[in-house]
Amino acid sequence: MVEYRIDRHSGVATYVQIVQQTKQALRLDLLRPGDRLPTAREVVEATAINPNTVLKAYRELEREGLVEARRGLGTFVRRSLGATPADSPLRGELEQWADRARAAGLERDDVAALFTAVLDTYFEGDPT
Amino acid sequence: MSSDTALRAEALGKRFGLRGGWALRDCSFRLPAGRVCAVVGPNGAGKSTLLALAAGLAAPTEGSVTVLGTTPAAARPRVGFIAQDKPLYPQLTIAETLRMGADLNPGHWDTDGAEQVVAGGDLDPEARVRTLSGGQRTRVALALAVGKRPELLLLDEPMADLDPLARHELMGTLMAQAARGTTIVMSSHVVAELEDSCDHLLLVGGGRIRLSGEIDDLLAAHRRVSGAAATTPLDPHTVIESRVTGRQLTALIRPAGPLPGDWRTATPSLEELVLAHLRNPGAPALTPADTADTADEEEHAA
Repeated sequence: MVEYRIDRHSGVATYVQIVQQTKQALRLDLLRPGDRLPTAREVVEATAINPNTVLKAYRELEREGLVEARRGLGTFVRRSLGATPADSPLRGELEQWADRARAAGLERDDVAALFTAVLDTYFEGDPT
Repeated sequence: MSSDTALRAEALGKRFGLRGGWALRDCSFRLPAGRVCAVVGPNGAGKSTLLALAAGLAAPTEGSVTVLGTTPAAARPRVGFIAQDKPLYPQLTIAETLRMGADLNPGHWDTDGAEQVVAGGDLDPEARVRTLSGGQRTRVALALAVGKRPELLLLDEPMADLDPLARHELMGTLMAQAARGTTIVMSSHVVAELEDSCDHLLLVGGGRIRLSGEIDDLLAAHRRVSGAAATTPLDPHTVIESRVTGRQLTALIRPAGPLPGDWRTATPSLEELVLAHLRNPGAPALTPADTADTADEEEHAA
């Protein structure tokens, strides 16, 4: 079971935070196929957010094929999210790039801005 | 009148005394069932009057209000109302108060529901109401309202005298109630605490409805823009508020068409939207008169 933490000041829409945290739990193997997500009632009682926000997030997860709603039973995980292994070649290349960025005098925020800009270019329109 | 409407006001007005001023005038709006609606506005704006009219505790001077498809009086058994001062009998214990609720609502009292609300606050059922804190009294009043199994809960400033923890817990209890399908209408003058909990807004100012509708739709209908003051004509758009600082112009507008690419634009927050309208009483209202047509079309399409 996951527990959602809502950050009101993150600038990220609340339902997106629930989607992201669910995916994070799937990537980290904290949620596995067959696990039940908390009911909307359970989530809103703990977080004081609107129930429709939770349902919107669950619909989004369902649309992406990650969970399925079973009438009267709840919402269940259908498949896990393949995490990128820590030792993948992509990670190695990214580390080398970060090393070069640092050597070139870029600060953490510069690198983050650059990375986000490239992400936006290559993954434009993709769901987060 | 469709039963998917929890609350509908038509040209609703209320004047206290023959020579008194209008506390509320020309109010028309529709609140669909199942929503969590924030009634927002400054003190004296008419929020309490609006809730009292909906609860049937006051009669309209003009116009009408329809509650759950009928008159406020006929709807009363299906409506829970908590007034601002949360009237309870101070000499009764919590358990006695709930027993009174059961006696007053024979046949449809939800003992478990009421006791769950009390239990959520870690209260001793034998404690007398007069010994309770503001937050605890609110919880007991809410238990009494929830025990009625209401289809509509009307709450006048429910969070006013609560500390942040009690607010969060109580809002959680209210949202759990909303998850069961209860329509909730609550007034507040603190907008920020409502943003994540409410999906519908009634902004009341000067006795009139300034904004009414789904919060997402209202936010999407406005843009916060900024650009160079010399080259940013706001002309075709409805301007709620604009300010020039040096060479920069910032404004909150209701776009009437596409915006030029060289403007920086963003969706306003609920608080920005509300404050801009309250700071500028002359700004035109955005109410069902403007949105009713599209709402009807959606219903027909569905």
